[in-house]
Amino acid sequence: MSILVDRNTRVLVQGITGQAGAFHTEKMLEYKTAVVGGVTPGKGGTAVHGVPVFNTVQQAVDKTGANATVIFVPARFAYQAALEAIDARLPLIVVITEGIPTLDMVRIRQRLMGSPIRLIGPNCPGLITPGAAKLGIMPGYIHKPGSVAVLSRSGTLTYDAVYQLTQAGLGQSTCIGIGGDPVLGSSFVYLLELLERDAQTEAVVLIGEIGGTEEEEAAAFIKAKMRKPVFAFIAGKMAPKEKRMGHAGAIIAGGKGTVEEKSAALRGAGVTMIESPAAIGETVKAALGRPAARTVR
Amino acid sequence: MKLHEYQAKQLFSNAGIPIPRGLAAKSPAEAEQAYQQLAGQVSPGRPFVCSVKAQLHAGGRGKAGGVLTASSAEEAKTHAAGLLGRRLRTAQTGPEGLPVSAVLLEERIDAATELYLAMTIDRFHARPMVLASRRGGMDIEAVVASEPGAISREPVDLVAGVSPGVINRVASALGLKGETAAACGRMLKALWTLFESSDASLIEINPLVVTASRQLLALDAKVILDDNALFRHQELAALRDESQEHPLELKASRIGISYVGLDGNIGCLVNGAGLAMATNDIIKLSGGEPANFLDVGGGANVEQVTNAFSIILADTRVKAVLVNIFGGIMRCDWIAEGLLKATEKLQVKVPIVVRLQGTNVEEGRRMLGEAKRLNLISIEELAAAAKRVVELAGTRA
Repeated sequence: MSILVDRNTRVLVQGITGQAGAFHTEKMLEYKTAVVGGVTPGKGGTAVHGVPVFNTVQQAVDKTGANATVIFVPARFAYQAALEAIDARLPLIVVITEGIPTLDMVRIRQRLMGSPIRLIGPNCPGLITPGAAKLGIMPGYIHKPGSVAVLSRSGTLTYDAVYQLTQAGLGQSTCIGIGGDPVLGSSFVYLLELLERDAQTEAVVLIGEIGGTEEEEAAAFIKAKMRKPVFAFIAGKMAPKEKRMGHAGAIIAGGKGTVEEKSAALRGAGVTMIESPAAIGETVKAALGRPAARTVR
Repeated sequence: MKLHEYQAKQLFSNAGIPIPRGLAAKSPAEAEQAYQQLAGQVSPGRPFVCSVKAQLHAGGRGKAGGVLTASSAEEAKTHAAGLLGRRLRTAQTGPEGLPVSAVLLEERIDAATELYLAMTIDRFHARPMVLASRRGGMDIEAVVASEPGAISREPVDLVAGVSPGVINRVASALGLKGETAAACGRMLKALWTLFESSDASLIEINPLVVTASRQLLALDAKVILDDNALFRHQELAALRDESQEHPLELKASRIGISYVGLDGNIGCLVNGAGLAMATNDIIKLSGGEPANFLDVGGGANVEQVTNAFSIILADTRVKAVLVNIFGGIMRCDWIAEGLLKATEKLQVKVPIVVRLQGTNVEEGRRMLGEAKRLNLISIEELAAAAKRVVELAGTRA
């Protein structure tokens, strides 16, 4: 098993008729992901790469039996798109869109409180269970099925880490980009909880960055609850204070959220810290002590 | 997006948050008039002393000589002339300082107590939060660092807003009773309305003062707005003061490139914010100093790569450049083509170490190799590429 997505995941694409939505629908289909429907208001009845388009999420769910959605809708409409997915009770919502107002995300989190619905993102590359399903924009071919999970706040840095793992002969169970925004649908903590219970996952690579307290919260959880080995790299050691480093969430505010603080917390939880972004694959390989990962324990 | 104090106070005033009487001026003549107008309002027929506060996007003004007092229109004019247009260097600006865009003339307040009040978002718990402390008027970060218990945090419910319970706890944390506690309640409600209706990321009042006559006043005002929400606040977006932004960062942001200047001599061109930070880190680990953070964005075509190079090389300290691209959707052969065209067009002379990885990487590397450019060095591994660029920057320094 993996977490959140597998071969049985039936995927909707919201914003499927847009440039990014259409392009990535094709890439997800190439990866053999079951993309069963798309949603664009007013474009119902058409098709994109053979995928039927519906006017509303509810219609799409009723007709296709979808159980997940990937949102590519532009930032100013993404809030409504996410609410529509929540109202249709889709259990997994992945928001790729960048630039959603923070208070809209706060409102979405409020709506999700106490609900079993899981939202990943926003401003994220999505998630992939190698060889089974890809719900996002990551290049599929760099992945390989296996037993190392990857959780990250970044995009291309995650691809680099995954690539290093694959090169080192280590396949992945599930790789998830949680997003680069200040308020996120899913924290590292929640996903670590799922990975700790997942039979396929033997180790976790966590890629954090400056700003916020995601990594500190993760450290507290790992210390209290996790038995599987965790490896971590935190980006942004060189970042100046009060400067936003590309991601809306990556800013050292009030002297908090530095690499040093995060590393100390994680190290204190028994996590193996990786100093160089080029050493992710080799460090995990050396620690796990064998070149190839088994798929099932 | 940051606002100036005088802009923030205008929002406060509209929202019903009490502030001292004041007027902003953008020229010495305006300052002179502002003094006369204020004097007439505050103490007609009697001597009047006001503060003249430099307006720039950084704190620490007082210690840097950015807050003066004037007891005549003539003096107000002279102070304004001295401050306006000048670059003021404070503990928060960096060595080059920031230009003073305006001055705020304000009545002086006799403060009995200086408090701290702020509203922001608790990121992890995804809810608005009030921060309150009795240690106002000081560097709040230093207070929190030395005495974490000196600041209290109260979550605000998105739907219910500021509840009576929140008001009671905040007033009690600030040591307010009776009428000032009631005033604090009104202020918190106004603060929340302003926070939500303007999509703020931070509203900070430091100090919030209790005057000798038991009035609650926002003596300073700091507002940061959520850039992502500016599309629905045209009137607030218009308050942006570009003179406060780093010229290269501003130029970059206009064309979709995230650029932040750093202090070193190795330029960096990277796709993705996380990888860009990691690239800065590995240069430092290899003994070098990055000159910048640069995320070229998702659609790096020839034009965008050319733009990125022109921004990196505008910093004349740059002695070598590291290009680190992980091609996902963006193909390495497109990047190679962009690199060749951009460096030719700009006649780039400094050595460029190129590390390409990902989609169509062989084709990309082949194109770079066949171009036979002496200053274009293609290296597969990131660690080796970083080491090489550090050597190159060092020998040419």
